[in-house]
Amino acid sequence: MTGRTRDNYNENYLNYVKTQDPPTQHFKNCLSAFGVGGLICCIGQFIRYMFEYAGLSGDELAGATSIVLIFLGCFLTGLGVYDRIGRYAGAGSIVPITGFANSVTSPAIEFKTEGWIYGMAAKMFTVAGAIIVFGVFSGVLVGLVYLFL
Amino acid sequence: MKKGNTVFFNNSPCITSFAAVCGSKEKEGVLGKFADITLDDDMYEESTFEKAECKMLSTAISLAIQKGGYLEKDIDVLFSGDLLNQIISASFAARDFNFPFLGLYSACSTMSESLLLGAMLVNAGYVNRVVAATGSHFASAERQYRYPLELGCTRPPQAQWTVTGAGGCVISSEKKGVKIVNGTMGKVCDFGVTDVNNMGAAMAPAVAIIGP
Repeated sequence: MTGRTRDNYNENYLNYVKTQDPPTQHFKNCLSAFGVGGLICCIGQFIRYMFEYAGLSGDELAGATSIVLIFLGCFLTGLGVYDRIGRYAGAGSIVPITGFANSVTSPAIEFKTEGWIYGMAAKMFTVAGAIIVFGVFSGVLVGLVYLFL
Repeated sequence: MKKGNTVFFNNSPCITSFAAVCGSKEKEGVLGKFADITLDDDMYEESTFEKAECKMLSTAISLAIQKGGYLEKDIDVLFSGDLLNQIISASFAARDFNFPFLGLYSACSTMSESLLLGAMLVNAGYVNRVVAATGSHFASAERQYRYPLELGCTRPPQAQWTVTGAGGCVISSEKKGVKIVNGTMGKVCDFGVTDVNNMGAAMAPAVAIIGP
């Protein structure tokens, strides 16, 4: 904290704050993310095998599996369980498709009190909107690359 | 009298009565035993968290007036504010009362600002009794500033929780209760903390560190 100029002062303070923050337990977080994320993937794989056993294949098989997982993500969000899993698992429950379902369902529940149209419907994508925009955008980019290759 | 940014009150305005309403998490804390009313249900029998916040604030104000043995007509003005856009909770809570309302927004220091301004008004002799109050709700603040409640994201270990609660006190020219001797008007200190989860680091410079 010896800086004289404004910028320097802020920088010193932010560095000081960083030293005071309780450390994030990266190893423990990675481990629980790996465990829970892996478990979700195993459940997905199990569902996939079941559908395969029932006679689905190709795109239909992938679609049906995703639908079941998305339903489970939404359902657990509605029950108020998914945010608890998320608190424990971190990236493990955000990265799979169930995390995406959670990011759409949770604002929908949250903003329902502001009405069905201006609340729920309008604000449903406040969290997932960015993912959709950049997802579509990168899809277009990759598509263009394929076109010119 | 003013010295630096601190004003001294010669006529010693006093806090003659006070009341607090808090949520269940706050009840478990060290200040829990001082609350007059604890909510078992964070919705406070209302349909939204914002309405609950408003009802808590309204309850705290009327309880503070009641505990001091005052009537609504004894109060000259209400200073109040909260954390939501357009300070809606305070404005809607003020509908329940038949005295003038002066709305404040000062984030976490709304209570101290309302006490300071109320004491100034009473000390100057313009009014006899002022109610200073504020309230906030974890769920409504979380929705406005951060993420939806059900979103499965992790909280960093240094994250703070917004209080679910409301408090109000009556500042009076009568000589009883807790005397307000002086008050310091704060400057805005921005040290560039941008982490929404680390409010403590953002606010600490205003209290503890003298700027460049």
